[in-house]
Amino acid sequence: MNKQRSIISQGFRGVRLCILYWGLSTTSLNAQVLTGPGAIAPQFMRSGISFASADLRATQADDSLNPAFLWVDQGQVMWKEGSGTGSSAAGINSSAAHPSCASCHHDWQQSMRGVSMKYPRWDPQTSHLINLEGQINACRTQRQHLPALAYESDELLGLTALVSLASRGMVLKRVREPSIDAALARGQLRFETRMGQNNLACLHCHTQNAGQHLGGETISQGQPHAYPAYRLEWQKIGSLQKRLRACLSGVKAQIWAFGSEELMELELYLSFRGEGLPIESPGVRR
Amino acid sequence: MTSRIILPANPKVGLKMDIRILIQHPMETGFRYDASGSAMAKNVIKKLSLDLDGLILFSGELGTGTSANPFLQWSVILPKSGWLQLKWEDDEGNSGVERVLCNLSA
Repeated sequence: MNKQRSIISQGFRGVRLCILYWGLSTTSLNAQVLTGPGAIAPQFMRSGISFASADLRATQADDSLNPAFLWVDQGQVMWKEGSGTGSSAAGINSSAAHPSCASCHHDWQQSMRGVSMKYPRWDPQTSHLINLEGQINACRTQRQHLPALAYESDELLGLTALVSLASRGMVLKRVREPSIDAALARGQLRFETRMGQNNLACLHCHTQNAGQHLGGETISQGQPHAYPAYRLEWQKIGSLQKRLRACLSGVKAQIWAFGSEELMELELYLSFRGEGLPIESPGVRR
Repeated sequence: MTSRIILPANPKVGLKMDIRILIQHPMETGFRYDASGSAMAKNVIKKLSLDLDGLILFSGELGTGTSANPFLQWSVILPKSGWLQLKWEDDEGNSGVERVLCNLSA
């Protein structure tokens, strides 16, 4: 041990990491988790929008220009109606059997403030991580008695955008609970592990080379605080997991399924890694 | 599909104002192919009009060169207060109407 300590004091990151990983495998994580090689020091944290062009920054800054608000409008309609699809086509309106979001949660601007940053969280019912999309669907199936919405459907994106919007401007802050320690550690490991034919880990671009150029793109820090966001590339709004899948495709790795354990853990790790940034959802990105 | 008409906070009589519209629409060009290789049918907003209590302010056809979720903006001096109405229709026969009351102050 004495020998190890002296090496740490000399600042050899690799050795320190080995010890951290050794620690992970034996005990639950301690407070050191976000000092890993993927983390960004608070003074260097930058919002993804700061890497974007002036046009794009202007689009995000003005809600009347931001196309993501089309989905927010849709979410607002669904919030008030108990409807399954956000249209009258389903023939379901708010009733005792199918209460609307508003019948329990009332005004979304107040009741949903700060809610989006509590996700992903540990769900003791299922013994899995649950993110905001999953929570909305759990509410729909258990309390509204309506069918779950598909991932990346306009309806689900509308509701997540609405709930995330209620937290806009708040500083992203997570609470460490023992129940998520193991998942957080696995998420961190995924962020730091090389994958795909390009053999890159998330941290190679988004920690070590953020601000550099990759073709015509400027690499961002990979912060999650503006999602769900409208991406020009998609020409629509999309969830954080859709964005992560785009990166997996970029490094030619196996693309994890929506709602999979892997993406949930990565989403969890990113939310801790992005602590300190103000929520921008629904943002605009290239 | 939702749409929005966005007006300035305090529009004034006789002064130029910006009217902005956003429509949620895929604007499928008809030039693309899906994952299985078959052509995707063209579906763009073919007719779009904006009127003030029936007075046509703008009417036109959008083509394949328009982005998804089209954004349009006009600088106008409105002759009077009234209901602004946006109407659109696409190739698949879907249509939409959005109405907003515009009150001009002196």
